[in-house]
Amino acid sequence: MKKYFKNKQIRDEVAIIGMGCTKFGERWDTGLSDLIIDAAFEAFDDAGIQASDVEVCYFANTNAPNNCSGTPVTDALKLHGIPVTRNENWCTSGHIALINAILAVSSGMCDIAMAIGAEKLKDKGYAGMGIGRGLDPVREARRDAPGSFALIAEAYGKKYGYSYDDIKTALAKIDIKNHYNGSLSPKAHFHNRLTMEQVMAAPMIASPLGLFDCCGTSDGAACAIITRADLAKNYREDPIYIKGFGCATDMITPHYRPREFDWSSFEALRNCAAMAYDMAGITNPREQIDLAEVHDCFSITEMAIYEDFGFSKRGEAIKDINDGFFERTGGLPVNVDGGLKCFGHPVGASGIRMTYEIYKQLQHKVDNPERQLEDVHIGLSQTFGGPPQIAACLILGNEKG
Amino acid sequence: MTFGIKSTGAYLPYRYLPKADISKAWGGKGARGEKSVADVDEDSITMAVEAALGCFRTVSRSDIDALYFATTTAPYAEKQNSALISVACDLLDEKVFTADVTSGTRSGTNALRIALDAVKAGTSKNALVTAAETRNGFPKSAQEASFGDAAAAVVLAEGSEDELLASVDYTAFINEEINDYWRPADEKYTRHAEKRFCDEEGYLREVGLILKKVLKDGYTAADFAKVVLVSQGNPKLVKKLLLKNGFEETQLSTTLTDTVGDSGSAQALLGLVNALENAEIGQKILVVDYGSGASAIVLTVLPGYAKRPAPQIAHYLETRAPLDSYARFLSWRGIAKAEPGAPYKLEPSWAQTWREQRINLRLHGSVCKKCGAALFPINRVCDCCGSKDEYEEFSAQEEVGKLYTFSIDEFAGQSDDPVIIQAVAEVSNGAHIYTLMTDFVREEVKVDMDVEFTFRHFHDLGNFPNYFWKVRPVRREVR
Repeated sequence: MKKYFKNKQIRDEVAIIGMGCTKFGERWDTGLSDLIIDAAFEAFDDAGIQASDVEVCYFANTNAPNNCSGTPVTDALKLHGIPVTRNENWCTSGHIALINAILAVSSGMCDIAMAIGAEKLKDKGYAGMGIGRGLDPVREARRDAPGSFALIAEAYGKKYGYSYDDIKTALAKIDIKNHYNGSLSPKAHFHNRLTMEQVMAAPMIASPLGLFDCCGTSDGAACAIITRADLAKNYREDPIYIKGFGCATDMITPHYRPREFDWSSFEALRNCAAMAYDMAGITNPREQIDLAEVHDCFSITEMAIYEDFGFSKRGEAIKDINDGFFERTGGLPVNVDGGLKCFGHPVGASGIRMTYEIYKQLQHKVDNPERQLEDVHIGLSQTFGGPPQIAACLILGNEKG
Repeated sequence: MTFGIKSTGAYLPYRYLPKADISKAWGGKGARGEKSVADVDEDSITMAVEAALGCFRTVSRSDIDALYFATTTAPYAEKQNSALISVACDLLDEKVFTADVTSGTRSGTNALRIALDAVKAGTSKNALVTAAETRNGFPKSAQEASFGDAAAAVVLAEGSEDELLASVDYTAFINEEINDYWRPADEKYTRHAEKRFCDEEGYLREVGLILKKVLKDGYTAADFAKVVLVSQGNPKLVKKLLLKNGFEETQLSTTLTDTVGDSGSAQALLGLVNALENAEIGQKILVVDYGSGASAIVLTVLPGYAKRPAPQIAHYLETRAPLDSYARFLSWRGIAKAEPGAPYKLEPSWAQTWREQRINLRLHGSVCKKCGAALFPINRVCDCCGSKDEYEEFSAQEEVGKLYTFSIDEFAGQSDDPVIIQAVAEVSNGAHIYTLMTDFVREEVKVDMDVEFTFRHFHDLGNFPNYFWKVRPVRREVR
C-alpha cells in the first residue's frame, strides 16, 4: 500500500460538529429536495449554524435524473455562491463527500464544510437497483448487484471448504442480527425481526442470496457539518474527531480480474482499511474498534468485509458469526442501527448515514436509549461500491489522542 | 483433384417441444415426435454460427474465403446477415466474400450450388455454406407442429480424394413458380394453399420431376446407398415418391423431421450432413431438396472420409432437454409476449457496437507481448507490467474453460427467461470472462465444471439484435 500524508498528521485535526439523517424508507410523498432540506436542517440545528455559514458543500448522489451537478442541494437549501459539487462513486459516494469536506477543512481552505448525500430511488418505477448495471450495454446487459456480489459465495466456499449450507446459514445470522438492530432504530426503513425459518424460506434472489440477504432500496438523506478540531468546541461540547479515512479502487471490474484475485478478498477493501488504520494508529482493529457500520448491501459483503478489515482472521468470519462476535452484545458490534440491510440504502446517503450512527453512538445520544452501546470511543463506517470496485471508510473517536 | 465437401457441421438447439404438448394445448389429437426450438437467446444468425463452428474442426478459419448464409428467417431484412456471421466466425474480413441466400426453402442447396460453382471457377478455395432456420407456423396450425429449428453447414473445396469427405458429382435444378407455401415480407407466419394442391402440384410433382431427371441423366435408383429427401412432415408422400421412382424405403436417409421437424432451408443440408456422418467410403448419396422447384445433388464418399471428426447430430440429439411449457414457446417466438421485465439501464450505441465487434462478436481478449498476462476484453494497458499497446489478440471461441464462480440469478432475468446464471469462466491463458450461462441444468452447475462458448442474441435495444457469447455446459465438443 502507498503511504499517504507523509508530512502531515490528519488524526484529530478535523471534527464533525453537526449531523442530520432523515427517516429512510419508501418516501412516496417526499421528493429529493425535501430529503435534502430535512437532513441539512437537522445538521445545521445540531451544529448551531445557519446555511449561510457553510463555505463549501459536497453532494453525494448516484441516481438523480440526468446530469445535475450540485443543483439539487443549492436549489433546495439556497446556498449562494459557494462551491457545491456532486460526486458519483457508487455506494461510497457519501464517504467521498465526507473525505472531500475533511480535506477542505484540513487544507485550510475553509472552516465550515458540509457533506450531504441524498437519494430518491423510489421514483425509478421498479424494485431494486435495476439490471444492466455493468459498464457495457451488451456484455453486461444482465449484470446486476445481487448477482455480482453473490459471485463471492461459491469461490469463498471452495477456497475455505465451506458448503453452500454453511455459507447460507452464516449469512442468515447476519440478516437476523441486522433486522433485530434495525427494529430498535426509529429512522430505519424496516422494523421487522426475522427468524431463521423466515430467512431460509424467503424467495431466492441470486444464489445463495435470498430476499433477506439483500438490502432495501430506500429514499433518504444524511448530512454532516465539518470544521477544524481546534474550532470544534466553539460549536459543541462533544464534537466527534476524525481519526483517519481510507479509499481505494481495484484494478478492473472483478468479473474480469484474473490471477491472484479469487473473489474471497478485495485489494480495494484491504488497502482502504490499511490507509485508514495507518492514519488512525490502529494496529489491532478487532480489539481497538468499539463499533462499526459496514457495507452490508448483501449479507455476503458484510462477511467479506469482516476479513478484509481485519475483524476476523482469513476464513474464520463464519466462526465469528456463529460465536455472535458482531452482535450488539458481542466483542465488536457491527451495524447496530440495522445496516443497509434494514436501515435502508439510498446509495449516496449511506456512507453519511453510517457515520451519523457512529457519531450519535460516540456522543451517547442515539435516538432510542435501548440501543445505546456503553463505553464506546472508536467507531468505523465503511462502504464498498460498484461491481464491486471502490471502498471507502472513516474512523471516528469521541476524544483526542 | 476433385470438387466436393471438405468439412461439415450441424447444430440442434438444446430445447425441443414434444408435438403432443402442442396438440394438448389446443385440444387436438396427439401428434407424435418432437420439434427443435431455438432458445430465447437464439436466432438464425446464432444457429448459423454454431453450425459453422463444427466445420472449423477440420478447416482453418483463416482458409475460408467465402461464406453463404441460407435461411428464410434472417434476423435482418436489410443489412447483410452473412457479414455478421463471418465476423462471429472470426473469419478474415479482408479475404472473405459474403452473401445471403434467402427466401426459399431451397436456399440451402442453392447456396451449396453457388459455393460449388465458385470453387470450380477458382474464385474461392474454401467456401462455407451455413443454413439455419427458425420458422413460425400459425398457432394451432399443422406447420406450428411440423416446423423445427436447426442449422447445418458444409465447406466446399477443391482437393484430393484423401482431403475431401465426399465429391459433388452432379447437380440438377428445376424452377417452378407456385403459391403452395409462402410468407409475405412483413408477416410472421407461413401461409399455405389447400393441402391437396400443395401435395399434388407442388411437392409430389416437382420432386418427381427432379428424381426422373437424375435417373435420365445416367444414374439408376440402385446406385444410391442413401437418399436424403426433404419432407414437409408427411412420411407417406416420401414413401410414395421413392417407390414410384424405383427406390426402396431402406435407401431413405433421415432429414430428422421426427425429432427436429421441418427445418426449411436447413433441412436438406442437415440431412446431407447426417448422411455423411453415417456413411461408408465409396457410397453414393442423393440429396433432393424442394421449394419453388426442386434440386438434386449427388455425392460420392471419398477416402478422405476416414479422417472425419466425430458425428455431431447424434450427439446433439442425445444432449437435448424438453421445453416444459408451450406458453414459454409462444413467448420466446414473440407470439404471446410475456410481460417485459425491468428495463436494462444501458442503451447500446451503434458506434460502440461497431467499435467493439472484435470483443463482442469475435470474442477476442488481449495477451501482453511483454509479460504474457491475458485479459478479457481487449485491454490496451497490461494489468501486470503496465505496458501500453503491446498486446496480441486471442480468441476464446474454441476454449473449453472452467467455471470459476457463479450465481443462479432469479432477479436479472426477463419474464420469459426468468432464471439466468451469472458466470465467470477461466480460460487456458488465465483470462477471466464474465458472461451468462445458457442451456444448463440448474442442479448440475458447479464450480470448476467445463464450459464452452456459444454465440447468442442478448437483446434488441437500439432497434437491432445485439449479440455476444455465453457459456454453456460442454455440448459441441464430443468427448
